[in-house]
Amino acid sequence: MYKEICGKYAPTKDNLIYILHEIQDTHPQHYISEEAVQVISDYLKIPSNHIYGVLTFYSMYSTKPRGKNIIRLCESPPCYIKGSDNILRKLKNALNIKVGETTQDGLFTLELAACLGVCGNAPVMMINDDVYGDLTEEKVDEIITKIRGGK
Amino acid sequence: MAKTVNVWIDGVHLEVPDSMTIIEAADKQGINIPRLCYHPDLPPTANCGVCVVEITGNPVPKRACCTPVAEGMKITTNTNKLRAYRKTLVEMILSNHEVVCPTCAANNKCELQSLANNLGVDPDALPSILQKKKVDDSSFSIIRDVNKCIACGRCVTVCNEVQTVYALTFSDRGIDAHIDTAFGLGMANSPCVNCGQCTVYCPTGALREKSEIDAVWEAILDPDKHVIVQEAPAIRVSLAEEFGMELGTVTAKKMYAALRKIGFDSIMDTNFTADLTIMEEGTECVAKLKSGSKRPLITSCSPGWIKFMETYYPDLADCVSTAKSPMSMFGALSKTYYAQEQKIDPAKIVSVAIMPCTAKKFEARRPELKDSGFQDTDYVLTTREFIRMIKEAGIDFKHVKEEEADAGMSFYTGAGTIFGATGGVMEAAIRSAYTLVTGQELEAIDIQAVRGLEGVKEATIPVPGFGDLKVAVAHGLSNARIVMDKIREGLATKGESPWHFVEIMACPGGCVGGGGQPYGNNMAMRARRGQGLYQEDKNLPIRKSHHNPEVKRIYERFIGEPNSPLAHKLLHTHYFKRSVSNGQVVEEVTHKHH
Ligand code: SF4
Ligand code: SF4
Ligand code: SF4
Ligand code: FES
Repeated sequence: MYKEICGKYAPTKDNLIYILHEIQDTHPQHYISEEAVQVISDYLKIPSNHIYGVLTFYSMYSTKPRGKNIIRLCESPPCYIKGSDNILRKLKNALNIKVGETTQDGLFTLELAACLGVCGNAPVMMINDDVYGDLTEEKVDEIITKIRGGK
Repeated sequence: MAKTVNVWIDGVHLEVPDSMTIIEAADKQGINIPRLCYHPDLPPTANCGVCVVEITGNPVPKRACCTPVAEGMKITTNTNKLRAYRKTLVEMILSNHEVVCPTCAANNKCELQSLANNLGVDPDALPSILQKKKVDDSSFSIIRDVNKCIACGRCVTVCNEVQTVYALTFSDRGIDAHIDTAFGLGMANSPCVNCGQCTVYCPTGALREKSEIDAVWEAILDPDKHVIVQEAPAIRVSLAEEFGMELGTVTAKKMYAALRKIGFDSIMDTNFTADLTIMEEGTECVAKLKSGSKRPLITSCSPGWIKFMETYYPDLADCVSTAKSPMSMFGALSKTYYAQEQKIDPAKIVSVAIMPCTAKKFEARRPELKDSGFQDTDYVLTTREFIRMIKEAGIDFKHVKEEEADAGMSFYTGAGTIFGATGGVMEAAIRSAYTLVTGQELEAIDIQAVRGLEGVKEATIPVPGFGDLKVAVAHGLSNARIVMDKIREGLATKGESPWHFVEIMACPGGCVGGGGQPYGNNMAMRARRGQGLYQEDKNLPIRKSHHNPEVKRIYERFIGEPNSPLAHKLLHTHYFKRSVSNGQVVEEVTHKHH
C-alpha cells in the first residue's frame, strides 16, 4: 500500500511532504508508521532519521496511531475568552483521555489546534473535516454521543 | 589565492582569508571568544548564541561562529552587554539541565561547565524547569542522557555528515526540540554503529560510553577469577595528555605498571594480536592476489566499520577479510592458548580489553564471537574508563615506575603499534605481505603515502613477481562510503575493483581518534597521538609482524600456520546483513570456514 502511494510521485526529495500527507490521510488510523517511513526512505533514498525529523517538526503529522475521529479544539485567545478551557475539561472527562491521547476503542483522538479561522463561532473544534462552533458542555455531550452511536 | 581582508578584533589588526568566520580569525590570533556549540572540526550549527560579538556599525550583535569576516570589520568580543547576554544564555541552559557535575562523566572536561565557570554563572540563578526524561541506555556502547543535552547539534552533524550513519536527528521543534533516534526507538534499534564520535564531540556529559568499570573491579577483587588484560595500540599514546605529560608521549611501560597496581593478574598487549592479524590477513590477501580475484580485500579490525558495512554494503561483505579484530583474536586465545600454556581453567579467566573505542563493547557482545567455548571477550573499557580507574586507584601515573608486560601474548613489533593510526594496518600488512609474495624483505618500510590525515589515501607498491599492488586507505565513514561506492561501481561496470587491498577505519584519524578517547580532543590532537605511534615504531628493534618471536611461537606451539583450520576456528569470523532502519540482523551473508 505504501509502495503504491509512493509510486504516484516522482522519486525526488521535494515530494516527501506530499507522500507523507497522502499516507497519513489514507491510513485508517491517520498516522505515519515506522514501516511507512522505511518504505519512503527506500523510495526517496532519504535516511529514516531525516524523515522522522521532518515528521516531528510539523505538527500536522502524527507518528502514533490516532482514532477514527480526530478532535482538534482551538486553543487560540478568542476561543479561550469564550471558555474553550471548560470545553477542553469536558472533552477530557467525556472521553477519559488527555490531550494527544486516543480512546481505548480507537474512536477518538483529542488534539489542540491553533486558530481554525472561525473565531465568530468561538469556541470551536473540528472533528475530522467538520467544524463545530458555539460549543457548550451540553453540545459536546450531544456530539460525542451521536458519533458513538453511529460508529 | 584566496583574497585576504583586514579586520580588527578587540583592536588587534589581523589580515585573514575572506573565507574565514570571525571565530576562526579570532582563534588564529589566540583571542578566545566564548562559545558552546561551535567546534573547529565541524561546520557551525550556530545553535547556542554564546559566541555573540559586536561589529561596529551593526545595531545587533552577531554570532562569531557563522559570520564571515569582511574588509574593515571592527569587532569587539568583550563588553558589559555581551557578558550579561552570554551569562543569561548559560543561566537559561542550566535551568533546563540536570546539574550534577561531581558525578558526571564529563566533569572537568565539560565545555558547559567550564563556560559557566568562566562567566561566573550561578547554576541556581534561575529556577529549574527541567522535566526529567528517560535516559537511553538501550545500546551496549553508548548512553544518551537527554537531561544533560544542550541541543547544540554537534552529535547530529557528526553522525549524519562526518559518519553518514544517520542514527541521530533533531526531533520536534521549539521548546520541545531534542535529539533522538527515529521514532524514539533508542540507539540499539537505530543504524548507530557505536563509533562513539558523537560522545567525543558532545560538549557535555549527555553522550558517554556505557561503563563497565564496576564489573571489572568486581572481577579483579574476586580471588576465584584470573583477570587478563589487553590494551589497544592507541591507548599507550592517549594517557599522557590526561596526566600532565606531553600529548602523544608513548607510555606503554607506565601503562603496564598502572594495570599491575590496579590488580590485573596478567598484563598482555593487543599489539601482539595486531601482529598476529597481519599474519592471518596478510596470508588471506596473498591467497586472494594469487587467485587473480578481481574483488578487493578490505580490512576488518574496526567494529564501527564492520557494522556500517553490514548495514550499508552487505553486498560487498565477501570482500571483507574474515580475520577477527586483534581484540577478538586476543579474547579467543586468552581462553584457549593462554589457558593451556598457564594451566588455568578457562572458565575462571576474565578477559578484559582496554580500547580507544566504544564500538568494541558491541563487538565483544556479538553472539558469534565465542569460539573459545566462552564469550571470547568479557569486558571492554574505553580509554576514558581506564583513566578513571587509574584515578580511582590513586595512581600517580606521571611518576609511576615503568614496568614490563607479562610474557606470552605481549611482545610486539612496530607494525603492530601503528595499527592505531589511519593507514597503519595497511603499512603493517604491506611490510609482511611483500615477504609472503616475494620471499624477500621489503627495505623501504616507511610507507608515507598511506600516512597522514587525508580522508582517502591511495598508493601503488611494485611487488616483484606480482606487479603493481594498488591500495587505498579511508578513515571516517563518509570517506569509507567514497571508497566503497567506487569498489561497487568498479565491480558493476568493469568487473574489477580499483584497488587490491583497502584499509577502512570508522573513526577520523583511526583508533587514535576513537570514540572512547579522552574528551575534548580534535583532529590536531589525533594527529599528535598518531605521530607518537610512528615514533614508537621507528624506535622498536623489530618492525615487521612476521619477525615477532611470540607470534612465531604461537604458530609453532598452537595454531600451526596462518589460515590453518584452528586459525579459522579461533581467529576468523563471518558477517551479516543488517536493516538500514533499525540495525538488526536480517540474515547471515558470509559463512565461517570449517
Ligand atoms: S554535563 Fe557538564 S554541566 Fe552538566 S552535569 Fe555534567 S559536567 Fe556538569
Ligand atoms: S555512536 Fe556513531 S553512529 Fe552511533 S549515534 Fe554516535 S556518531 Fe552516530
Ligand atoms: S547530545 Fe551532546 S552533542 Fe548532541 S546535541 Fe546534546 S549536547 Fe550537543
Ligand atoms: S558557538 Fe556560535 S552560536 Fe554557538
